[in-house]
This record gives sequence, C-alpha cells and structure tokens, in this order.
Amino acid sequence: MQKFTTLTAVAAPMPNENIDTDQIIPARFLKTIQRTGLGKFAFAAQRYDADGQERPDFVLNREPYRHAEILVTYDNFGCGSSREHAPWALLDFGVRCVIAPSFADIFYNNCFKNGILPIQLPREICDALMSDATMGANARLTVDLERQVVVRPDGEEIPFVVDPFRRHMLIEGLDDIALTLRHEGDISAYESERAKEKPWMPKIVLGSGS
Amino acid sequence: MAARTLFDKIWDDHVVERLEDETCILYIDRHLLHEVTSPQAFEGLRMTGRRLRHPEATVAVVDHNVPTTDRSQPIEEPQSRLQVETLERNVREFGVPYFPLQSPQQGIVHVVGPEQGISLPGMTIVCGDSHTSTHGAMGSLAFGIGTSEVEHVMATQTLLQKPAKNMRVTVEGQVGPGVTAKDIMLAIIGRIGTAGGTGHVIEFAGSAIRALDMAGRMTICNMSIEAGARAGLVAPDDTTFDYVRGRPFAPKDDAFELACAYWRTLTTDADAVFDTEVFLRAEDIVPNVTWGTSPEDVLPIDGVIPDPESCDDPAQAAAWRRMLDYMGLKVGEKIAGTKVDVVFIGSCTNSRIEDLRSAADIARGRKVAEGVRALIVPGSGLVKAQAEAEGLDRVFLDAGFEWREAGCSMCLGMNPDRLTAGQRCASTSNRNFEGRQGPGGRTHLCSPAMAAAAAVTGCLTDVRVFSGVAEAL
Ligand code: SF4
Repeated sequence: MQKFTTLTAVAAPMPNENIDTDQIIPARFLKTIQRTGLGKFAFAAQRYDADGQERPDFVLNREPYRHAEILVTYDNFGCGSSREHAPWALLDFGVRCVIAPSFADIFYNNCFKNGILPIQLPREICDALMSDATMGANARLTVDLERQVVVRPDGEEIPFVVDPFRRHMLIEGLDDIALTLRHEGDISAYESERAKEKPWMPKIVLGSGS
Repeated sequence: MAARTLFDKIWDDHVVERLEDETCILYIDRHLLHEVTSPQAFEGLRMTGRRLRHPEATVAVVDHNVPTTDRSQPIEEPQSRLQVETLERNVREFGVPYFPLQSPQQGIVHVVGPEQGISLPGMTIVCGDSHTSTHGAMGSLAFGIGTSEVEHVMATQTLLQKPAKNMRVTVEGQVGPGVTAKDIMLAIIGRIGTAGGTGHVIEFAGSAIRALDMAGRMTICNMSIEAGARAGLVAPDDTTFDYVRGRPFAPKDDAFELACAYWRTLTTDADAVFDTEVFLRAEDIVPNVTWGTSPEDVLPIDGVIPDPESCDDPAQAAAWRRMLDYMGLKVGEKIAGTKVDVVFIGSCTNSRIEDLRSAADIARGRKVAEGVRALIVPGSGLVKAQAEAEGLDRVFLDAGFEWREAGCSMCLGMNPDRLTAGQRCASTSNRNFEGRQGPGGRTHLCSPAMAAAAAVTGCLTDVRVFSGVAEAL
C-alpha cells in the first residue's frame, strides 16, 4: 500500500450530503476483476452525459479540479454498498484524501486499506474548507498526517483526530495481513479452544449437507 | 461480570487478541463470497503466496451478475461471464465450497446462507457485501466488509475491528393488517435517518419484532445498513431454533441440542445499557413507501409529497428539490396514485417464500395493469421450487407477472434486468439511490404486498384497499 505522510493538492468542493457508493462508482462498472482502471468511471452518472461526453458543469470536469487529490464534502459520504471499487475509483482518479463531517463505516474502513485518508471534521469547519475549495487555482490544502493538521490556503492550521493504529499503518504503508499473521500463534490457540467449547460448529463440505 | 448486550456477548466470544487502542483481532466463523467483490482478494492471495486458511468455513455463490432467464446457455455479457468464470476458477484452486449457477441451491448470498443453515446464531459472519447484516436475524454478528478485508479473512480467518456502539430499537405492540416487516423497517429508517445508526450495531427488540417470522426479521436486519448501522441483530429464540433445525449444514441431533443450549444464553442482560435507544409503537406504523433517492425519504402511503420550503436546513431543502426533480414528483400531491412502469419483487430484502406468498395473495385472480412490466425474482432456486410446489408461479403467470430465475436482478441492474431512464418502479429492494436500478430509473421502495398492489392497479396503492381496511382512491 502507498504510504501517506503529507499531501499538498487541489481540493474539489462536493457540497452534498449522502454521496453514496453507487454515485462514486455505479454498479455497471463493478464487473472488473482488477483494482485499477476505475478512475475514468468515478462519478460516471454526474460526469458524463448519455453519449459519454463530459458534462462541463460537473466539478471534476473543470480546471483545476480535474487534478484534485482532495475532496471536501458533507455528511455520510460513502454510504450504501460495501464495494471497495469506490475507494479504488477515487484512488485511480487521483484522490488521496476525503474531508467530511461524517462517513459511512465500511467506506471509511476501506479508505485506510487503500492509502486514502478520510478526515472527519465538524460541519462548520467543512463549510470553511468548502469555501477554500471553491477558490479555483488557489483551492490548495495541505494535509499533514504526521502532525495531524489540515493547512488552509491562508495558513491556518486545523487539527484532526485519527486513531493511532490506522495512522501508523498509513504512514508506514503497512499491510494488515502481515501484521495479523504475526499473531498466528494466538489465532491457532483460539481455534483449539473453540473446537473444545463449540464442538457442534459445522464444517462446510459439499456433499455433507442436503 | 458487568451486564452485557447481545452484541457484547458475541463480540467477547470472538476476540482472539486485543491490540492497541481497542482494536481487536476478531475471529470469523463464516465467510461468504460472491463474484463481484472477491476476484481482487483471491488475486491478492495468489500474489503474496498465502493460502486460504479455512476453506470449510467459506462458501461461494454467484448472484449479482447472473441472468435471471434461461440458464442452459453461457452468460451472454462478456464481462459478467468473465467474473463468474473467475470465481469458478478461484473456488477450484482454493477448494471453496460453491453453489454454481446450475445448482438448485443457487441464489442471493443472503438468502442462501440462512436457508442452508450455513449462518447460525452466535456466529460472526462476513461477506464482501453490505447486506450481510441480513444474517443478524439469526442472532449472529454479521456485517459487510470491503475486498481488502475479504482477503484478510481468507488469509487469517480474522479481522482487525473495533467494537461498535450499542443501539436498541424497540418496537412494541401489534401492527395492523397489511403492515409488514418492510413497513416497520422503513418507519425506523424514516425516524433515525440513513446515518442514524453509524458506528452502532442495532439490536431490534420488542413484541412486534418477537412476533415476526425469520423472513421478517431478515428483512429488518437486511436494511440495518440503510440506517447506517454496521449490523442488525435479533436475539435468537424458539422461532430461530425451529427455523435452524434440520437445515442442511446446521448441527444435527445431540450437536444441535448442545449448540442450542449455548444459543439460549445469547440475550441482552436485563440491566445492560445501550448507547442509544429508540422506541416505536407498532400501532403507529402504516404501509410505507419512499418518495426520494435516499431510504430515509419515507412516506406513509396516505401521505403527500413533502415541500422543500418546509425544511429548516437550506442544504436539506436543496437536496429535496434535486430529488423531486429526479423522481419527477410534484410537491403537495398524494403519493398514492403515482403511476408506475415496472414492479420488481425480489432482492435479499424480500425474495423469500413468505414474501412471495404475500405478493401472491394480492395477485391472485387479478391482472397486471396495462403497460406495467412486473417481475418476480425468487431469492434462491429452493425458494423458486417451493413457490412452484405451492402453485404460486401459476398465480403470478396467470396475472401477467414474469416468473424468473434466482439472483440479484433489478435490485442493482448488473445483469440485463434494468430500468431505463425515467421509468418508475415499485421495488421490494433496499436502495432507491439515483441510478441504482438502472441509469435514470426512479425507485419507490415498499413491501411485496404493496409492490403487487402497484402491479395490479398500475400505481402506488394502499394495499389495505384490497382488504377493505383503507378506502379506495
Ligand atoms: S439483492 Fe441487491 S442488495 Fe441484496 S446482495 Fe444482491 S445486489 Fe446486494
């Protein structure tokens, strides 16, 4: 996974609540068997018209937001489906950070697994960052994960909280599976204990059923 | 020991190890796979040379992409076919039990799990699918995960998780005629909103929940995710145990009794404290339908389209205006009487035999209205077979419904079953997001009986009209 330390980039304003994962990546694009290549379909319904032409009024079709690496948005971002295609599409488009007053749980989790930093800040602060994000060429924010601050274009620093474990994984670009496998002994011990306590626990072997 | 909730008990029982800041290694009893969210996870295992730790705790089905018509031919759409073939290659290589498209047990993953006795009380159950919350009806902790987590479970049979907060939604009393589990859940989401449950696991309790059969409890838990919750739970009771007994993969005989003794301990302690409590009176709930593009936009069927001007919050008012425009609805008009083009009865929310029976009760002896296309998509091959044994297929076919093979179908339109732009649909699925059922499609969520009522009248209709409880328009 790509590390995340600091990022200075264009922030795009998306002043809507409840932006769901069906909007971030519609179902018809989930047929891929790869993680990459979804960036061109991110927000497809808003981004393209019925003939596949870009809609000039959609924020990510305009300069400088075509190069946005940060999204500023409102409550409950990423609600709906668990599809990890949503963060994959954002990442492939170039987004590394999303700032919102709240996120849906699964999406929030999925971001960390892909080197995207979701930052939760109160609505009033998101309002202020939203107005920064509308400044076109000057809509640049700095996100410093080590110091846990967002730096506004005027230099003001806004602190944010992220849990230390996830912060550590992101800064080091660590793979959780490798980390968990270090506890292999504990997992095996749990499994033998479970076999004693729940001897009824069925194994699924086809042909053993119906 | 301090008083604990049902969630706390299942959680504590599955903690392998507590790491820093509350993060735990949580043991996973069952891992369900489908073709859309698993290919990249298998690829990850292959790339890192890791093995699948417990194939015998894993089960795969195909549901999202599959056609719901003739199964004797290969899947026409090349990308859908590739995804199904990729799953088939992966299950062979890693030795995962799999119900292929042609097997009688094939169906939507959240219908198949409980039906086969794969999902049992007290388990931790995950799947790369948000509606995994459905299995919480069994009294298990069941939640959706992303594909990276799918890979994590494959390799370790665990997940790194923090405990959720506890929420209890209590529904007391008895619902009136024509009011179903779907209406109860739409009322709950309408009350707490789509972010109301964020960070929580919801336990559904109260006499109205206890009175529900397993299909109804699954409908409720299924839509916990629409209330923003990580999972939904109903404490297991005799209704649950009667349902589980005799299922193909459930424990048998003495093993069942042993399991059952443990399952009976899975209730919230009387003095346990919830972080959030919500109460509803069953008598207040009427048949509901959604009007907007978020599941929280719920209206009683006798309600009128709300006015954005009545919103205090300007952002909310703007969102409502956009929804009304998308949905093609007029402020102040009655929702009942809104013409529909399509009716979809199916999805992991409402495609079980009980759902089909309740739709058939309305369809029996009536005809689908002129110009309406109505689809019935059973949740699994076994539900379909059961319905046919009961003659429900004849009821639907005689009324002019389409009778199809099992799958996700028009719930999300990854297969050819899709709305076209501007089409309006009464749907028993769980999400009315813009474009969910096809680009430009307009979705009204409702119960199977309400969907059948819309099919035979050609418009959103109070199902109680048919039993004389409500007045006709
Ligand atoms: S029926 Fe719909 S909600 Fe359920 S698993 Fe399939 S696509 Fe998801």
